[in-house]
Amino acid sequence: MGQLKNIIHNCKQATFLIEKKLVDRLTFRETIELRIHLMGCSVCTLYNKQSRMIHEMVQQLFRSSVNSDMRLDDGFKKNLKERIEEELNKN
Amino acid sequence: MTIEKHKPNPRDWVETHADYLYAYAYARINDEEQARDLVQDTFLAALERVDKFEGKSTERTWLTAILKNKIVDVYRKKSSAPIVTDIAIAEQAQADFFDNDNGHWTAERAPQSFGIDNHDPLMSREFNQILQKCMQKLPALWKSVFTMKHMDEETTDTICAELKLTPSNFWVIIHRTKLNLRACLQKNWS
Repeated sequence: MGQLKNIIHNCKQATFLIEKKLVDRLTFRETIELRIHLMGCSVCTLYNKQSRMIHEMVQQLFRSSVNSDMRLDDGFKKNLKERIEEELNKN
Repeated sequence: MTIEKHKPNPRDWVETHADYLYAYAYARINDEEQARDLVQDTFLAALERVDKFEGKSTERTWLTAILKNKIVDVYRKKSSAPIVTDIAIAEQAQADFFDNDNGHWTAERAPQSFGIDNHDPLMSREFNQILQKCMQKLPALWKSVFTMKHMDEETTDTICAELKLTPSNFWVIIHRTKLNLRACLQKNWS
């Protein structure tokens, strides 16, 4: 019971659980603890909302950066081709 | 029935895969010069073991796997500097987020409402720029963990194994990284 009382007032632990929940599953106990904390804490409720929003935006950002149209310059490519040709001719 | 094997063709690698690999590396390490070096290293490493390419995957998948290993090497090197000062500094910066006695948010650092609470697409471009800047400022190890988790969607076990972290270390980093990003966004969004 002492532990439960702990979480009710502990924002550090609550935000830890909020982050854990975004990437993994919480245990049953952790779920209850977090729910109780959020019922009584408006700051962490706001944190929870913002954290989820940031999470989504990060995912979106990463998805778009993978498809980005970054190009190597032609000079570098030419050198690279020559380098590969050299290696191939070694054998 | 025979399975058709993909045959590697190193003379076409640059034309076919270089830009892709470059973008892949850059997205993960944000350093043009280093990304370029990694592309070159990948091709050279691939040449050395081209006879071991079994055609089980496509050439691109195979090359990307080699690159991926090289990126993890970079992560590892960056985060195992003799004294990892960037983490100490970042931890110090959030030392006053919570009250030491009861774990409450402190009055000065408690999250406040700011622009992200309404999802306005017009704002998202500007927001992404701030977000990227905030991510750049993360300590190297935190950034590596964050990228592996969110961009590569690696499992927690894989990340812990490759970066030599304990699970509890991993969770502390996940937590601190988000606290840091959120605070950075709030600070720079106005």
